[in-house]
Amino acid sequence: MINPRFTQVIAVLLLALATLFTLAILVFIIGFILSKGLAHVDIDFILSNPEDMGRAGGIYPTIIGTLILSTLSILIAAPFGIGTAVFLTEYTRESRVTRIIRFGADCLAGIPSIIFGLFGFIFFVTTLGMSWSILSGSLTLAFMILPTIIRTSEEAIKSVPYAYRDVSFSLGATLWQTVRKVVLPNALPGILTGIMLSLGRSIGETAVVIFTAGSSLRTPQSLFDSIRTMSVHFYILAREGLSNEKAYATATVLIISILAINLISYWLMIRFISKRSG
Amino acid sequence: MKIFGENSIKNLLIVIAFSALTALFLILAFILLEGLPFIFNIGIKNFLLSSDWQPMAGKYGIFAMIVGSLWVTLGAIIVGVPLGLAGAIFLAEFLPRWMMRIIKPAIELLAGIPSVVYGFIGVMVLAPLIRDYIGGPGLSIMAASIILGIMILPTILSISIDSIKAVPQSYREGAFSLGATHWQTIHMATLPAAKSGIIAGIILGLGRAIGETMAVIMVAGNAVILPGSPLDSVRTLTANIALEMGYATGMHRQALFATGVVLLLIIMVLNYAATISIRNMNRKV
Repeated sequence: MINPRFTQVIAVLLLALATLFTLAILVFIIGFILSKGLAHVDIDFILSNPEDMGRAGGIYPTIIGTLILSTLSILIAAPFGIGTAVFLTEYTRESRVTRIIRFGADCLAGIPSIIFGLFGFIFFVTTLGMSWSILSGSLTLAFMILPTIIRTSEEAIKSVPYAYRDVSFSLGATLWQTVRKVVLPNALPGILTGIMLSLGRSIGETAVVIFTAGSSLRTPQSLFDSIRTMSVHFYILAREGLSNEKAYATATVLIISILAINLISYWLMIRFISKRSG
Repeated sequence: MKIFGENSIKNLLIVIAFSALTALFLILAFILLEGLPFIFNIGIKNFLLSSDWQPMAGKYGIFAMIVGSLWVTLGAIIVGVPLGLAGAIFLAEFLPRWMMRIIKPAIELLAGIPSVVYGFIGVMVLAPLIRDYIGGPGLSIMAASIILGIMILPTILSISIDSIKAVPQSYREGAFSLGATHWQTIHMATLPAAKSGIIAGIILGLGRAIGETMAVIMVAGNAVILPGSPLDSVRTLTANIALEMGYATGMHRQALFATGVVLLLIIMVLNYAATISIRNMNRKV
């Protein structure tokens, strides 16, 4: 029989190698994109319009498109998501109803984005006649990020200590006053973490956006205009081989935005945890 | 000063709380209404078991794509599960808490990278490597499997860490007191106890892999053929929808929605399996 101490050394070595390999993949992906793209990103690239289908010029309209679409989807989904979480945690006990609501949210979370794209196309774009527009796109994205916001808000609200609520009630506050002035402010960093995660997801989404918001390269004038996001622009540049240089540059801006969003949500989470345990 | 009374707020919240269910219902209703009649029209057998996909000629068989989706998902599991699980064990059992708190979010960052970026890396780096050193056209099941495996790794890792951490300390102490080494304790006591949680993580990863679209379109090659080897090009269910939705009309468009119905069914079965595993985990701990 092999010495168990020896087996342990081998096992730990393999586990450490696998972890390092995973980290190396992350570093490679980010490093690869940045090293090829960073040189082509400057103020001009960010603030000027694309020319010749994106072969030249910048990506200004796609940045505007990304900002509008993802912000609007958050603005639509957040009240519903946070409201659901408040209802589940503060206004009701565990029952068949809460189980059904959670089951619905879990199912929604498991639906692949391409299905959301199909649905957004047939429901918002076609049936409701909103055509390919900012409105169709952000409503569909809102459906997609709703479960994430519900789940993270619920976790955040649950972690607010009961003593806080008791004090508020003992001062004569009503349930809603307690929720609004005590529970939600204390759960805010946790809720924001969920919102940042959803923001990252909407920014990176491609299929849904093409199906529901189209891919028009003009700067939008109203909510009923079609737009193109950075992810869609990057996909079209890469897929149709328009310009590798511009594709790398667009991917660089995309990756930096995602990194920034993740850093902010990480920072929020750390603050949230240290506040809770401190 | 009061605009809403306590009761109207409660009623409003009840309505809001059903938003997710309403959304789910709307999605299922519209996809099924658009796709199901088509399936019954051309026949379940013609749709699911034929590999003849020629929408212009009125032939709508998606068997090759079902097989394609299953192949790349299986491949993703082969790549993603060992890496994710190994990382989870290492982070949860061998690293101090503060190091885990830095490395776990770093690996979870992999989940935040947009799928088009993965697809692009696959096309620019991975596919040429496979073509030059292993063979075939490069854009293949193997390329898609590796890319998908990396994409589902963070899901598997996070959930596995959570379920390993949820194993009661007394299990480990029991094994240690019998003279087991740390590694023996892990694979004989901790991992078996965390099994259902880890399985749930793998199933959720499976769901992500089978539903992924953009990365797969870019690296799988998209040929509608029954693949014979991992180096062959394939088209998945998701790729079929995304590639042809742009110009499909009439019957052809319905066929794509019907493809979506099949995808939804597969996902539902997987989610159901994951729910059962998670329920088992909660019962045990």
